[in-house]
Amino acid sequence: MRVSYNWLKKYVDLKVSPMELADKLTMAGLEVASVEYLAEGIDKVVVGKILKVEPHPNADKLVVCSVDVGTPGEPLQIVTGATNVAAGQLVPVAVVGATLPGDFKIRKANFRGLPSYGMLCSADELKINPALVSLEDREGIMSLGPDAQIGMPVTTYLGLDDYVIEIELTPNRADCLSMINVAREVAAITGSRLNLPSLDLDRMQGELPCSVEIEADDLCSRYIALMIEDIQLGPSPRWMQQCLLAAGMRPINNVVDVTNFVMLETGQPLHAFDYDTLHGRKIIVRRAKPNENMMSLDGVLRRLDPEMLVIADEDRAVGIAGVMGGLETEVTDATKTVLLESAHFDNMSIRKTARKLGLRSEASSRFEKGVNREGALFAALRAVQLMEEMGAGKGKMGIIDVYPHPWESYEITLRTKRTNQILGTDFTTQEIKNFISQLDFTVLQEEGDSIRYLIPSYRQDITREIDLIEEVARLYGYNKIPVTMPKSEMTPEQKTPLQSLHDTVVDTAAALGLTEIVSYSFINPQSFDKLNLPQEHPWRQVVQIANPLTEEQSVMRTSLLPGLLGAAERNFSRRQTALSLFEVGRVFLPSVSGPLPQERLQLGILISGQFKPGWSWPVQELDFYHLKGMLEYLIEQVLGTKLSFKPITGKPFLHPGRGAEVLYRDQVIGEMGELHPDVQENYGFSQRVYIGYLDLERIAALDKKEIRFTPIPRFPSVDRHMAVLLPEEVSSDRIGQVIREIGGSLVASYELFDVYRGPQVPAGWKSLAYGITYQDAERTLTDEEVNQLHDKIKEAIKEQLGADFR
Amino acid sequence: MKEQLQKIAGEAELACKNASTQEELENIRVRYLGKKGALTQVLRGMGKLSAEERPVIGKFANEVKEMLEQKIETRVRELKSLAKEMQIKKETIDVTLPGVRFIAGRKHPLTQVLDEIKHIFVTMGYSVAEGPEIELDYYNFEALNIPKNHPARDMQDSFYISDEVLLRTHTSPVQIRVYEAMAPKLPVKIIAPGKVFRRDDDATHSPMFHQVEGFLIDEHVTFGDLKGTLLTFVRKMFGADREIRLRPSYFPFTEPSAEVDISCIMCNGSGCRVCSNTGWLEILGSGMVHPRVLEMTGYDPEQVSGFAFGMGVERIAMLKYGIDDLRHLFDNDVRFLSQF
Repeated sequence: MRVSYNWLKKYVDLKVSPMELADKLTMAGLEVASVEYLAEGIDKVVVGKILKVEPHPNADKLVVCSVDVGTPGEPLQIVTGATNVAAGQLVPVAVVGATLPGDFKIRKANFRGLPSYGMLCSADELKINPALVSLEDREGIMSLGPDAQIGMPVTTYLGLDDYVIEIELTPNRADCLSMINVAREVAAITGSRLNLPSLDLDRMQGELPCSVEIEADDLCSRYIALMIEDIQLGPSPRWMQQCLLAAGMRPINNVVDVTNFVMLETGQPLHAFDYDTLHGRKIIVRRAKPNENMMSLDGVLRRLDPEMLVIADEDRAVGIAGVMGGLETEVTDATKTVLLESAHFDNMSIRKTARKLGLRSEASSRFEKGVNREGALFAALRAVQLMEEMGAGKGKMGIIDVYPHPWESYEITLRTKRTNQILGTDFTTQEIKNFISQLDFTVLQEEGDSIRYLIPSYRQDITREIDLIEEVARLYGYNKIPVTMPKSEMTPEQKTPLQSLHDTVVDTAAALGLTEIVSYSFINPQSFDKLNLPQEHPWRQVVQIANPLTEEQSVMRTSLLPGLLGAAERNFSRRQTALSLFEVGRVFLPSVSGPLPQERLQLGILISGQFKPGWSWPVQELDFYHLKGMLEYLIEQVLGTKLSFKPITGKPFLHPGRGAEVLYRDQVIGEMGELHPDVQENYGFSQRVYIGYLDLERIAALDKKEIRFTPIPRFPSVDRHMAVLLPEEVSSDRIGQVIREIGGSLVASYELFDVYRGPQVPAGWKSLAYGITYQDAERTLTDEEVNQLHDKIKEAIKEQLGADFR
Repeated sequence: MKEQLQKIAGEAELACKNASTQEELENIRVRYLGKKGALTQVLRGMGKLSAEERPVIGKFANEVKEMLEQKIETRVRELKSLAKEMQIKKETIDVTLPGVRFIAGRKHPLTQVLDEIKHIFVTMGYSVAEGPEIELDYYNFEALNIPKNHPARDMQDSFYISDEVLLRTHTSPVQIRVYEAMAPKLPVKIIAPGKVFRRDDDATHSPMFHQVEGFLIDEHVTFGDLKGTLLTFVRKMFGADREIRLRPSYFPFTEPSAEVDISCIMCNGSGCRVCSNTGWLEILGSGMVHPRVLEMTGYDPEQVSGFAFGMGVERIAMLKYGIDDLRHLFDNDVRFLSQF
């Protein structure tokens, strides 16, 4: 809502400056977005009259004007390139020494040998809102009305010596889409006196020669019609044009300007019909008929449907209720009599119609947000009053007011004790009464600490006691309410297993050198094609967004991989090739029961590239075993125990020879591996990428192994090595199994310390070097015992795994 | 014989002085003091001496022996310390060479800010609760006093899955879920962080962002308590000299409602570019839980009151770190992420 300071002054005795007022409004909950001084940067621009226009002797495209700016002596000679100047015109003149917006100073100039003492201005040069002036006034010199007085500052004439306070209204304060209601609010918060316009109600006597019928009374709760005769169409007075311009509306003619002015003043949209164009002298408020059409005021043929409310005469729709009037019944130069509508329509119906037609007007947006139907009569009478005052026409006696659903007034009781309980204050009943009295609400009854108020129809946002308590807080000032701390007992923090796991995983991943990313929960369904997923792959069972912003963000992710790969893609393209990324976030799987999908918290990891060598350390190429080590460490932190890994070959996005299922005991808790070369190609990656993910929900449900102390061995241990030649197809973890199985409790630990393939190892074989530590908790092992056991293990490996020894 | 001894002593002393390694000194010791050493040889001839001479020479010989042992010992120590000195000199490194680089991981700045917010409230006795990111219309709107067709729905353009299911537009539905689960137990002290979604994508809006909701309901909770709680939070989060300012506002599920501003962290309230010269930064929305919300979830608003507040994590992260563009937060450029 654009509130003109000058206009506001008509209704309330303002004792504060525009800036102070803006601050008070903000602190009272009407947030001020901006305060604009309309004449900003304009100085010494005056109204001038062009006396003479002559061609420039030395230039085809210039003319020489003689301009009277009201100063004694000779008129000013001003050279201009504008083509729309003529003798007799009144125009804005920036005289020598004037300033235009943008700190543009006007000096005496010389154009092709002729001196020029000033500049004639266009509307653009005065920085007037381009939406409010004609194209000619913008591109050429702005022409001023005949009422402009020569020599007066043009800012005064145009009403630019004004401040416009732009208020961002919250949805509950649609009442403030009215200057009068803003004035009420200003009066309440500044303690100023209100001077609202008063009306002559005698007009209601008499009978009009037309009728109004509301067929769809579910969508129209009130319809007032009255008539204005002897219409003299012309411009509206300067003061009204200034008000409209400041509010951001363009003056049209006196009749239309009055309807707009009253709408801005009261919040009640009005519409003027040319009475003689209405068939059958009848207004019918009904739903549109199937396939009904109407040409709206903007010259567009509108297709209507039975969900839309229209204003019709006997034969046809003549207006889309609350949205836009029809062209055929528009007020024109030929109009003799106007039928004025002041009605109340259902906000939802208007909203739907406006959306469907893509038409939003000042009127429709007011109806959508809610108009006070009790104010419809005031608005109608106010419009007639103004038209008569400015000689636009003569009101006909009589009024039609069809009001099938009258406003039902209601009362609210405000209790002092309750107010203090909620706010933490200790107001007396009298103090509270004083605050509410600033709002001018009627007190119906006072009993003890309770006051019963009648809520005025223009404050429909106040529906229960708590709303009045807010008014008390607002008028007292939120910032004056004492600061206290809650007295609630302390409750210990309770973390769910999943929350604890989430925290540990993030901390540990970062400690492992991984950098956390946050990607969107919605992804592009085409990412599944990039991952080479077959059509029936479960990840394609997505939760779809019905109204996505773009195709790229149209389905909820079923995996963290697209997000991680997308991040890798962007980083690679910016030459960031060493990546170790992780994300913890939810994936969304189709519902198992109920209307909501499943949400599962997962961890995803992506590593790729190499870390550059330094002066004392070698290059480090990230590979499968880095990723595996990270997962192992992570799970050991979380579950206190080791994972196992089983090769998988059937994953479309994993390298068939370099993928593994991650198992905890026998449960699959994730997958990991090198990105399939085809998928790498789909993404256009020129380097290998390793990916892995774990289902944290599943892990959170597992038992964590509690840490138990084991005594530090008192007897020495003995180390032995073995180099096993193993066929390639036998996996190394089999050796560990045999060592454990045969060695039993005497094997304290074992470690693989070398893998070798080369000249001494036959093709199809690999050489694995193990170190085994033997130890007995109760005694010192003899060399002989150890040798025997070591040989037994070697024998078993040979037999069970077809291995050989070097 | 005495001369003989003096001569040996002189020789040995000289040799000792010239020795440059411990090995040489060991040789000297053997040569003079060993079983077959020069001094020992001389002493073997003591038998030939007279009874008067014997103790005199004996004493002298012992003095020479002790003197030599001491000289050797001293020289050994000298050489050892010299050697150590040499070693240290040789081993001196350039401490300004770069240290071995560990690959540092980082938590996302949003996670770091969230952790900080959570920590502050947890120390004030709040627990963390979470709710689904895909939510029922009922929890996201209806139960928060935003019925169908309420104009407040326009404030939050939503992503819908179906007529009744949508991506939550705020973390407030967690309030309802918690109240429903807890009613009529008191107190309820919860913060609820999480992702939220709105149909907006431009320089200052991301279709996905993060909020933290906080709420406390109990007997006798007041608007003053809300102010105290927020002031405590703001001072812990943004510094002990921050001030807060509450402005009346509107949220359908709180009444009275307030927008909360903090004194600008850049200019301390004197006005700058960051606060658009107002001296204040808007950081959260808050209010007293609307009695209708309490009624709908099983609490009696005549017996119970409470406050709720919600803040945008992105906004706080941007203020805290001086990030100028929201889009950095979801772009995941490692050159950005590695700064935090």
